[in-house]
Amino acid sequence: MTSSDNHDMLLTMRGLRIEGQSDDEWSEIVKGVDIDLHRGEVLGLIGESGAGKSTIGLAAMGYARPGCKISGGEIIFDGINLLEISEDERRKLRGVRIAYVAQSAAASFNPAHRLIEQFTEGPVEHGVSNRATAESDAKTLYGKLLLPDPDNIGYRYPHQVSGGQLQRAMTAMAMACRPDLIIFDEPTTALDVTTQIEVLATIKNIVEEFNTAAIYITHDLAVVAQMADRIKVLRFGETVEEADTRTIMSHPTEDYTKTLWAVRSFKKESEGVAKSVKPLVSVKNVTAAYGDVPVLHEVSFDIYRGKTVAVVGESGSGKSTTARVITGLLPPREGAVYVNESKLPGDYRRRSKDQLRHAQMIYQMADTAVNPRHRIRDIIGRPVAFYLGLSGNQLEQRIRDLLSMIELEPDVYIDRYPGELSGGQKQRICIARALAAEPEFIICDEVTSALDQIVAEGILKLLDRLQRELDLAYMFITHDLATVRAISDEVVVMLEGRIVEQGPREEMFKPPHHKYTDLLLSSVPEMDPDWLDELMAQRQREGVMESASSS
Amino acid sequence: MTDNKDTLGQTADAVAPPPPRKRRLSDTLKALRKAPLSAKFGLVVIVFYVVMAIFAPVLTPFGESEIVSNEYEPWGVEVAHETAGGGSETVTLMLGTDNLGRDMLTRLLYGARNTIGIALLTTCLAFLLGGVGGILAATLGGWPDQILSRIIDVLMAIPALIFALLLLTIFGTSVTTLVLVIAVLDSTRVFRLARAVSLNVVVMDFIEAARLRGEGLGWITLREILPNIMPPLVAEFGLRFCFVFLTIASLSFLGLGLQPPTADWGSMVRDNATLITYGDITPLLPAAAIALLTVGVNFVVDWFLHKTSGLRDDQ
Repeated sequence: MTSSDNHDMLLTMRGLRIEGQSDDEWSEIVKGVDIDLHRGEVLGLIGESGAGKSTIGLAAMGYARPGCKISGGEIIFDGINLLEISEDERRKLRGVRIAYVAQSAAASFNPAHRLIEQFTEGPVEHGVSNRATAESDAKTLYGKLLLPDPDNIGYRYPHQVSGGQLQRAMTAMAMACRPDLIIFDEPTTALDVTTQIEVLATIKNIVEEFNTAAIYITHDLAVVAQMADRIKVLRFGETVEEADTRTIMSHPTEDYTKTLWAVRSFKKESEGVAKSVKPLVSVKNVTAAYGDVPVLHEVSFDIYRGKTVAVVGESGSGKSTTARVITGLLPPREGAVYVNESKLPGDYRRRSKDQLRHAQMIYQMADTAVNPRHRIRDIIGRPVAFYLGLSGNQLEQRIRDLLSMIELEPDVYIDRYPGELSGGQKQRICIARALAAEPEFIICDEVTSALDQIVAEGILKLLDRLQRELDLAYMFITHDLATVRAISDEVVVMLEGRIVEQGPREEMFKPPHHKYTDLLLSSVPEMDPDWLDELMAQRQREGVMESASSS
Repeated sequence: MTDNKDTLGQTADAVAPPPPRKRRLSDTLKALRKAPLSAKFGLVVIVFYVVMAIFAPVLTPFGESEIVSNEYEPWGVEVAHETAGGGSETVTLMLGTDNLGRDMLTRLLYGARNTIGIALLTTCLAFLLGGVGGILAATLGGWPDQILSRIIDVLMAIPALIFALLLLTIFGTSVTTLVLVIAVLDSTRVFRLARAVSLNVVVMDFIEAARLRGEGLGWITLREILPNIMPPLVAEFGLRFCFVFLTIASLSFLGLGLQPPTADWGSMVRDNATLITYGDITPLLPAAAIALLTVGVNFVVDWFLHKTSGLRDDQ
């Protein structure tokens, strides 16, 4: 299917400019970016949100999202200027010669059709193949992508397969017409680490096997280091730096690239826990269920004053449920939560104001955690007024102190609405709201997973500083082991509602581990470009892969 | 929303330049200027009606049910009228007189007062009942929700106009009963809407945060939920107002609404209906007044709905 063109160059973008519309004003999102992509080459696009990565990725198909327009430059795909041909001709290229894999496979599949029907739609519609051939091809590709039972999995509906499998099914779909170019837009961002690694490995293999060129968009450096031959760093719609992967990983030249590279270097000082100290919060033998579905089995751990306990596990492992039990939203079936050795009532409605005050919560999605119709003043001021009874000037002063504490300028932010803040700033407001209650203990539920790495690191540093200043205890729920490594004193690893391993951080990151902890730890991508290949080779030897993908 | 405004992150987002602050008042004015022609027309109509209703006593020399001449006088007839000072002046009756010889224009102006005033009161009452009920049902969930929702289902199962006729026959046709009956019947629709939109807000993390803070029901419903469901409720208010207003007019036409001699557009149509037989369009004027207001309010509501649904991507 690949045209036997002599030119090695597949895609060229020159001075690409894209404008986006907001509030009836057009502003430039992409400001003159050049891209050269050879056949069979993988280019990594990396940058924070707002850098224009996805917009550029879509532009490679000659497409601009509604509300965006390509305002300048040229996009030449295999000798065809995509901006000069008609929409109809562009549509003929898309799906056949250029394919796209979106971030959320779950949202991109039509839930009403079987996977294989959606697979065959492209080739049949474009006249590349007929239904029967396309179906048998689908099965071959499912096999190549290591999906279990490749002959039959296609006859399932999207909700009947797991997230990682769905993402691989989507990659298979993109491969259906054997395109020359595939654009991967953060394909593994929504997945657990252990799932992510399988998807990465299979994507890498298949792209190599068919000699497909790819643009791989991500904000995760360690991931892009595994996938890309060359990396382009973007910021505010402009190229910061571009070089081949090994060079840019070892010798970044621009300051901005260096800060990106340094993101995962933050690590707080941990002195370990003196065993003589009494725990601030004790979760003792908690068993809980949603209706008849048991979710937690005999969970026990302690949280000490001024320390952080990181609770790690995949989605569905019971991490957030544990938090719900502690806050009282889900009264446990058995066991109880103790604070300062006194038993808390299971239901939050039966807890005293003081008991409620001492356990505050910070949520994953700052967007939904603050009321969009309240000003920052009210969001932070309410707990102060509610718990501490301050009013007038004292209240105003306290709000300003809290804003300074979270490193936001009080005069600028105090009268704003959450919609007028960025994601990281909103998360800071949530932290301030938790601090406003003057708690002893804060539950952080995936507080950084919705944020860019640089912003996330800022939040982690802030939390660390506040912990030292205010002697706070944190329970840190996360699936990201890099975060665990950065901020925890103790680690609790959960799997299917049970604690499989727990202990101080230093011990947890040293072998020997429980089998699951080991799988989790080894799945965290490292900056080394050879890491994925070596790991997959090692796992193949040990047969870990089979046990992981069979679950 | 394009993704360039998400995070203007520097090394730490704390030092990032803040996104531009919106100025609310000038935004409102700007939005008003940019409103479509239909919405502007609707606004003008509403303002005109309100002014007429408020200044009715100033705008006409006659009293609401004062008989000024013979019945069914044609348009533009001149009559002598005693002024407050005891003197006499000649007044032109622009729209003639009705079946009892009262000035048609005066009746129209006072009709605006009564019909709009009572409709507004009824709508407010309906929103108070239905809105509070709906938010409470959504917030409390469980059996309070079940009980309230089932009561509403029963009320909605009976055709509204027939039910209203029935209740008014039982309780008599005073203004109070009229307002109460229509308010209760219309609150069922408001309840459904308020409950549905509140359910979307209740699942948000900030509601959970407020609950965990130990906030009472009052704070959660009024301060946390209500501001977030205002746009659809305001839009519904406009529509509901039209329906209430039409219901009152229909009931009056049937003789069970506002009772004579109170001026009211519905009964004015009924009283003068015979004139149509003679090719006189006077009885159609109150009907036209009803139609125009309904159209005007709907234009404004349409625009508002469009605005708020468009804003949703922005938030």
